[in-house]
Amino acid sequence: MPADKAIEVQNVTIGYGDRVLMQNISFSVGKGEIMCILGGSGCGKSTLLKHIIGLYSPQAGDILIDGRSIVNAGEEGKRSIMREFGVTYQGGALFGSMTVAENVALPLEEYTDYSSSKIAEVVEEKLKLVDLGGFGTYMPSELSGGMKKRAGLARALALDPHLLFFDEPSAGLDPITSADLDRLILRLRDNFGSTIVVVTHELDSIFTIADRVVMLDKATKSIIAAGNPRQLLNDSPNRWVRSFLGRDGLKSSDETDFQVKKVD
Amino acid sequence: MTVKTLLGNCTEPVIFIGRVASAVPLVFTRRGFRVREFLYYLDLCGARSVGIVLMICFLMGGVIGVQAAIQLQKVGSEIFSADLIGFSVLKEFGPLMVAMIATGRAGSAFAAEIGTMQVDEEVSALATMGIRPEAYLVLPKLIAMIIALPVLTVFGDAAGVFGGMLIGVTAMGLPAAAYWGRTVEVLNFTTFALGALKSVVFAVLITMAGCYCGFRASNDALGVGRGATSAVVSSIFLVVVADAVITVLYSFIGY
Repeated sequence: MPADKAIEVQNVTIGYGDRVLMQNISFSVGKGEIMCILGGSGCGKSTLLKHIIGLYSPQAGDILIDGRSIVNAGEEGKRSIMREFGVTYQGGALFGSMTVAENVALPLEEYTDYSSSKIAEVVEEKLKLVDLGGFGTYMPSELSGGMKKRAGLARALALDPHLLFFDEPSAGLDPITSADLDRLILRLRDNFGSTIVVVTHELDSIFTIADRVVMLDKATKSIIAAGNPRQLLNDSPNRWVRSFLGRDGLKSSDETDFQVKKVD
Repeated sequence: MTVKTLLGNCTEPVIFIGRVASAVPLVFTRRGFRVREFLYYLDLCGARSVGIVLMICFLMGGVIGVQAAIQLQKVGSEIFSADLIGFSVLKEFGPLMVAMIATGRAGSAFAAEIGTMQVDEEVSALATMGIRPEAYLVLPKLIAMIIALPVLTVFGDAAGVFGGMLIGVTAMGLPAAAYWGRTVEVLNFTTFALGALKSVVFAVLITMAGCYCGFRASNDALGVGRGATSAVVSSIFLVVVADAVITVLYSFIGY
C-alpha cells in the first residue's frame, strides 16, 4: 500500500438499484502514481470510476480524495472536491456548441479571475501540451476521436489539477494514436507529478503506463489482483489474472476450478 | 409496477424541481447568468417561432370565426362574433396554441439536447467540473422561455383576432370598422395580460418537462428519442391540465 495516499477506496459496494457490481472492495492510489483499473467488459470499471469521482454514490463504504470523503461531503463539498481533479471521458465529452478553445476555457472562466487574454494564453498552452496547438477555433465535430480525447484532456488540465482520471483513453483509437496518448499520460506524471487513475482493458497501455493495477472480476464481484502488472503476469497465484494479462483467452468462469484469491 | 418504483417516479420530478429551484439564486451571481446560452434559446424559442405562431394562430382565429359565423347568423347576432373570437383567442386558444408550438419546437429540443449530452457524457463532464448541470442547462432555457412565450402569445393573439376578423368581414359581411370597433370595445389590457400570464406558467411547465425528460433519458439513441417523445406528451398533458386549473381560477376572480 502506498504511504502517501491520494485516493482511498474503503470497503465500497457499487451497483445500480438492487444490482451489485462490486462488493466490499478496497484499494488506494498513492500520490504521483499511475493506477490502472482493469477487467473484462461489463465488470464495472467505468462505474467504479464514476463512484470515485463522485458522480454516483456507493451502496456502502467510503471514498477519500486527499483524505476527504467525497461520499459524505454533501452537494457543495462534493463540487469543491471535484474542482480539484480533472476527468477525461471516453469520447472526450466536449460541448458540441462550443469551439475547442471555448471548451478548454470553460473551467477557467468559471473558477478564475483571469482576463480574457490570459484565458486565451492558458488555453493555447494547454492545447499545445496535448499537441493540439492551433486547433482552438475548431468545433468538436471537426476533430477525430483521438483529437477529441486530447481536447478533453486539455480541458481537464485547465485548472492544473494534481489528480487526473481517464475513462478508457485508448478505446476506439488506432495503436499509434493510443501510444501517443500513453506517452502523454506518462509525461503528465513525470513533468507535473500528477496522480493518474486510468480505466482501461488495453493491455499495451497497461504495461506502458501503469505503476500498479487493480483487476476487477465480474464473477466474484471483487478485486482479484492488485499490484505491478508485470509482477502479476509472472507471479499471480490466480491463473485467470495471468491469462488476462498474458492474452491467453481464458474466461473468468474457467477459474471456478481454482481458488480465487481476494486481494486487499 | 412496485410501490418503490411508483414512489421513485413520483419523487424524482419533485427532486428535479427542487434542484432547479435551488439553482435559481445562482442567476444573480457573477457567473450564474449565462448570457450567450440565454440569447441562443431566446432566438430558438422566440424569434424562430414567430412565423409559425402567426400562421397557426391566424388560421385558428379564422376557424373559430367560421364556426361563430354559422351559429351566430342563426340568431342574427353576427357582430358578437368579435366578442367570441376575441375572448376565445386571447384567454384560451392563443396561449394554448403557442404552448403547443413551443412544446413541439422547444420542449422536444430541450429533451433531445440534454439526452444527447447524457449519452456523450457532457452532463457528467459539467458535474465533474463542479458546475451544476441544472444551473448550466436548465436556467438559460427557463428564462428564455419565460420571456419568449408571453411575447409570442401577444403575437399569436393579434394574428388570431385578425384571422377571425377576416372571416367576419368576408363570410358574414360585417363592416371592418364595426368589427374592429367591437373588438376594441370588449377586449382590454387585462384580457391580454391574463393570457400572457397563462403562457408564463406554460413556459415553466414545458421547460421543466423537456429538461426533466432529457436528464431522465437512458444513455442510448433510443433513450434520447423516447425522452423527446415523453417530453412532448407530458408537456401537452401538463399544459392542458394547467390551462383548465387557471381558467377555473380566473372564473373565481370574475374573469
